[in-house]
Amino acid sequence: MTPTGEAYWLPFIFLALMGLTFLVYAVLDGYDLGVGILLPRDSEAQRDTMISSIGPFWDANETWLVLGVGIILIAFPAAHNVILFHLYLPVTLMLAGLILRGVAFDFRAKAPLDHKTRWDLAFWGGSLLATLSQGYMLGLYVMGFEKSVAAYSFAVLSAICVTAGYCLIGAAWLIMKTEGDLQLRAARWARRCAWLMALGLLVVSMVNPLISERVFDKWLSGGMGLFLLLIPVLCVLLFIVNDRFLAHFPYDNDFGCWLPFAITIGLFILAYSALAYSFYPYVVPEQLTFWEAASAPESLKFILVGVVIVLPAIIAYTLFSYRVFWGKARELTYY
Amino acid sequence: METLLLSRIQFAANISFHILFPTITIALAWFLFYFKIQHNRTGDEVWMRAYRFWVKVFALSFALGVVSGITMSFQFGTNWPGFMETVGNIAGPLLGYEVLTAFFMEATFLGIMLFGMNRVSNRVHTIATFLVAVGTSLSAFWILSLNSWMHTPTGFEMRDGVAFPLDWWEIIFNPSMPYRLAHMMVASGLTAAFLMAGLSAYRLLKGDHKPAPHLTLKTAVYAAALLIPVQIVLGDFHGLNTLKHQPAKVAAMEGLWETTEGAPLVLFGLPDEDQQRNHYALEIPGGASFILTHDWQGEVKGLNEFSDEHPPVAPVFWGFRIMVGLGVLMLAVAWVSSGYLWRRGALPDWLLKVLVGMTFAGWVATLAGWYVTEIGRQPYLVTGVLTTADAVTRVPSGNVATSLAIYLTLYSVLLIAYISALFLIARKAVLVDRDEEVSTLQDRYNPMTTSTGAAQ
Repeated sequence: MTPTGEAYWLPFIFLALMGLTFLVYAVLDGYDLGVGILLPRDSEAQRDTMISSIGPFWDANETWLVLGVGIILIAFPAAHNVILFHLYLPVTLMLAGLILRGVAFDFRAKAPLDHKTRWDLAFWGGSLLATLSQGYMLGLYVMGFEKSVAAYSFAVLSAICVTAGYCLIGAAWLIMKTEGDLQLRAARWARRCAWLMALGLLVVSMVNPLISERVFDKWLSGGMGLFLLLIPVLCVLLFIVNDRFLAHFPYDNDFGCWLPFAITIGLFILAYSALAYSFYPYVVPEQLTFWEAASAPESLKFILVGVVIVLPAIIAYTLFSYRVFWGKARELTYY
Repeated sequence: METLLLSRIQFAANISFHILFPTITIALAWFLFYFKIQHNRTGDEVWMRAYRFWVKVFALSFALGVVSGITMSFQFGTNWPGFMETVGNIAGPLLGYEVLTAFFMEATFLGIMLFGMNRVSNRVHTIATFLVAVGTSLSAFWILSLNSWMHTPTGFEMRDGVAFPLDWWEIIFNPSMPYRLAHMMVASGLTAAFLMAGLSAYRLLKGDHKPAPHLTLKTAVYAAALLIPVQIVLGDFHGLNTLKHQPAKVAAMEGLWETTEGAPLVLFGLPDEDQQRNHYALEIPGGASFILTHDWQGEVKGLNEFSDEHPPVAPVFWGFRIMVGLGVLMLAVAWVSSGYLWRRGALPDWLLKVLVGMTFAGWVATLAGWYVTEIGRQPYLVTGVLTTADAVTRVPSGNVATSLAIYLTLYSVLLIAYISALFLIARKAVLVDRDEEVSTLQDRYNPMTTSTGAAQ
């Protein structure tokens, strides 16, 4: 039974906000986790530049995760409990990873010199652990927390796919924010990660309808068929443009250094909308719809007032911060 | 049962580790803003050198606070689902407002504060410092509002076992909130002041003769000397407020087993819950009655009034004595040091050593105080509404043991790394001479040079 009135539209607004928040999180923390995973063993100078390129941003980026989890907690407490009950251990591992990388960022500059490489290792390991856990959790979520070999294999596949995606956006970030050898290296990383991500997306899109009847029906037998075809077609197009652009990199005057980053954001949006379409209106696949999981309307209204006032301000000063640190990362100043 | 115990230990470990860092950053942010304002006003470079040293400490503490805070935000769902099921309609929006109004603002402007100095005007940089300070305080406001509501819930009604909000103003400004918030803000001021005094004293003892450490020492000692009496008065008010709303907690704090007229103040004793008495008690007759009722013969309710609904006595009793004892010690040290600074302009070596020894006194006092108030609320998670045992997860205890082991390992390593990093950057600062300090202003960001000697 679908409710009407505010019992429907209030939770719907929060569902949309939650979706947007996790998308923004995947893009923003995606690039800084990706940069962490790509840290090369052989060049300390490159590691310094890479880490300095994300220095002013990583903290705010991670805050989107807190907001996303916060929105589930506030708006869909029933779903929050089910999801975190099933994901207890991967959540712990993700948090351990996030803790390690977050502090390594500061400790590497402040600890004794001979510990610096160790903190860099912690930064790399923490980023990888956090990313793999996120991908793994996404996989388990998509499978509706089924306890089967198929579900766990799918989760592993999803972990690889998400890692490739984060590495791609991280490499694309570096193409935009760095120069010289590092930029060339990032272009090579980006190309390889794009192939891996494309492969992963392909397998996921084939497996997902096969294991879920509902997803199959939604994609292949609805009246939306032609319109939905747009998502895979656009994805393929973006992958091709990206690959051709990177194959001939670099160009004069740093032409189009922002292009891979923009394309990757496009890919993230497409993959994410496909996922969102597959599961709407469920917040816990096959178990809880968003209105069933929603909290009291009086609580949602109270927090909505805050969202309407504060969210534009958050977006404004986030944009301001990106404008302040516009340009290549080597110019960053730490005092 | 085992899951309950392990989850409680895990939550205690997480929040104890987490609170260490906000306790520093809430007040340190305002100290940094003060340094910045003084620099803008006087044009004296020494303020900026103090700023640059302490902003490093701030950045490190903030990073630890952020990552342990992210962990906290998951704990409700992973270990205490009953909390959100029962009071989620109230706790959710308060947490939400904290994220929206505080977290993004502090995180974003911290980026500008740390890395943007040469990219924005001095005015914008000052504003960024100010907004980071506002953000940390706002965050404290919301979380203490929620915590206080858990102690003294008002402005809601229960329908089918779930709390629904009736009046948000009453919820946010619940009866214990103003006292708890004020007590915590001043605790943060004292923690930061003793940290600043301790590290500055350490630099002076290591032969640092530059003006910056002397200046921060003076600022910190005077701030502590002003804050500590304020804290004692606030603590008294907070205690009276607790007596009104949570008398069982106060009875445990005082180690008072029976309702008594002219209840004694137990200075020392070993509470024994089986025999319902204190061993080896050293008491001031009528003391507790005087403090709590402002009358030597006043009646104070004892633990016997609350049958099984009272908290475990020993940890509350001891936590309270550690906090008060440290408060008295802080008062003595801050006032004696201020006296020396006022008359002679410098501190003797023995007093510098005492200050180094008290670098983390604020941490211990804050933790002890939080243990008093949080253990003092047991067996309830939300007073009269939800018990801790009813809120715990159904996750198997093996999983909780695994996560607990991971957190404890990480936190021990990080705590050691943090404390050694603080003293390391202090030692590095000693080695740098003043001319170099000025030139590092224009250094481009390079973590390698900051760790080899550009640290001012």
